[in-house]
Amino acid sequence: MKKRVRMIVNGDPVEAEVAPRQHLADFLRETLGLTGTHIGCEHGICGACSVRLDGAVIRGCLIFAVQADGARVETIEGVSDSGEIADLQAAFAARNALQCGYCTPGMLLTAQELLMQSAAPDREAIREYLSGNYCRCTGYQAIIDAVEATAKARREAKQ
Amino acid sequence: MKAAAFDYVRPETLGQALHILSERGDGARILAGGQSLAPALNLRLAMPEVLVDINGLEELRFIAASDDVLRLGALTRHVDLARSEEIAHRCPLLSRAAAQIAHPAIRHRGTLGGSLAQADPAAELPACALALDAVIVASSSGGERRIAARDFFLGLYQTALRPDEVLTSVEISGLSADRIYGFAKLARRQGDFAIIGLALAARRSGRGLVDLRLAFFGVADRPMLAVRAAAALEGKPDATQSMREARAALQADLNPVSDLHASAAMRLHLAGVLLERVLAETLEPLR
Repeated sequence: MKKRVRMIVNGDPVEAEVAPRQHLADFLRETLGLTGTHIGCEHGICGACSVRLDGAVIRGCLIFAVQADGARVETIEGVSDSGEIADLQAAFAARNALQCGYCTPGMLLTAQELLMQSAAPDREAIREYLSGNYCRCTGYQAIIDAVEATAKARREAKQ
Repeated sequence: MKAAAFDYVRPETLGQALHILSERGDGARILAGGQSLAPALNLRLAMPEVLVDINGLEELRFIAASDDVLRLGALTRHVDLARSEEIAHRCPLLSRAAAQIAHPAIRHRGTLGGSLAQADPAAELPACALALDAVIVASSSGGERRIAARDFFLGLYQTALRPDEVLTSVEISGLSADRIYGFAKLARRQGDFAIIGLALAARRSGRGLVDLRLAFFGVADRPMLAVRAAAALEGKPDATQSMREARAALQADLNPVSDLHASAAMRLHLAGVLLERVLAETLEPLR
């Protein structure tokens, strides 16, 4: 039986009927048309479906949409449109830190979370924080370069 | 893969949750953090009739310390364990272990109670509960039960919990100022389940350790206490001198499994390596 849910997605109130078995990533893509959230493994391994739930990055495939009733959800579309990660996105582009781009939305959201917690993460800390986001093009070095460069640029901008 | 259809309820009180469990019986599964259950649902390894989402039960979300006892609500998330100053101060074993569970996105959702109830033999927190001699508190409509961690883990994903019970909290006592801990796990990739891991809890006595408890994970169908190895090291003024004896004792304590990740012989070897490493690190501040 379907359940009625209300949530705030990228700042906008959303109301819908959902089947309990539909995970949040499918709800965002299929019901709301927010296809920036990608579906990879659907069992919590790859990180392609990363979204923010009440401010924390989570796996969109490991939470059902019905559970997000009353929550605040942010997807790559919201974080991109707001300009919050414009510099990180530019660094990814400049360093060719995306090849096929499938992992990129999850990488960006996770990297941004690290950068909000830590102003000067070293490469080891960046690797550790991104360890749950797989890039099957294996472009990890460039991704770490881009995150490191963004951290440095943000530190310099603050001075 | 997509989960098979199920019904979903989100009780607002523990009483409501227990009532639902007593009515729905074996067809119900409790949903806490969902970081093991949701993959099992998506892969259709689990197909319950109804999920009882306990995330709305605020009464299960607390970190409470008094004298030498720490009480943790079942809905304490891994990220809370890793970040809590109270836990870092009272029981840093839990802080260290939680920080090594999976990845940040998983730690944001996964819960202490969920990890213990799931009883994955390669998971960090069940081994910590065993090393800490924790008491696991479970509620049913019939009342509350207190179960020692050593009686709680019965086998692969098997615990002493009954289908009508909810794991509500965990109690750790005897947290005196002389307590000391060690923790390490080996995995091929950051965030993977352990090939093998060790949680150590003890009390300082001069330059040695007493009340030593060594809980290995990833070695068997449940976390295992290495009692003979601990006895070989117990109270020795320089425990590193007794290492040969302790490593030999591990052969009697542990009967590791072989799987895709490591053979039994490799696991037994790694158990000795970890014991040596963790012990050296634990004793370092006492020198």
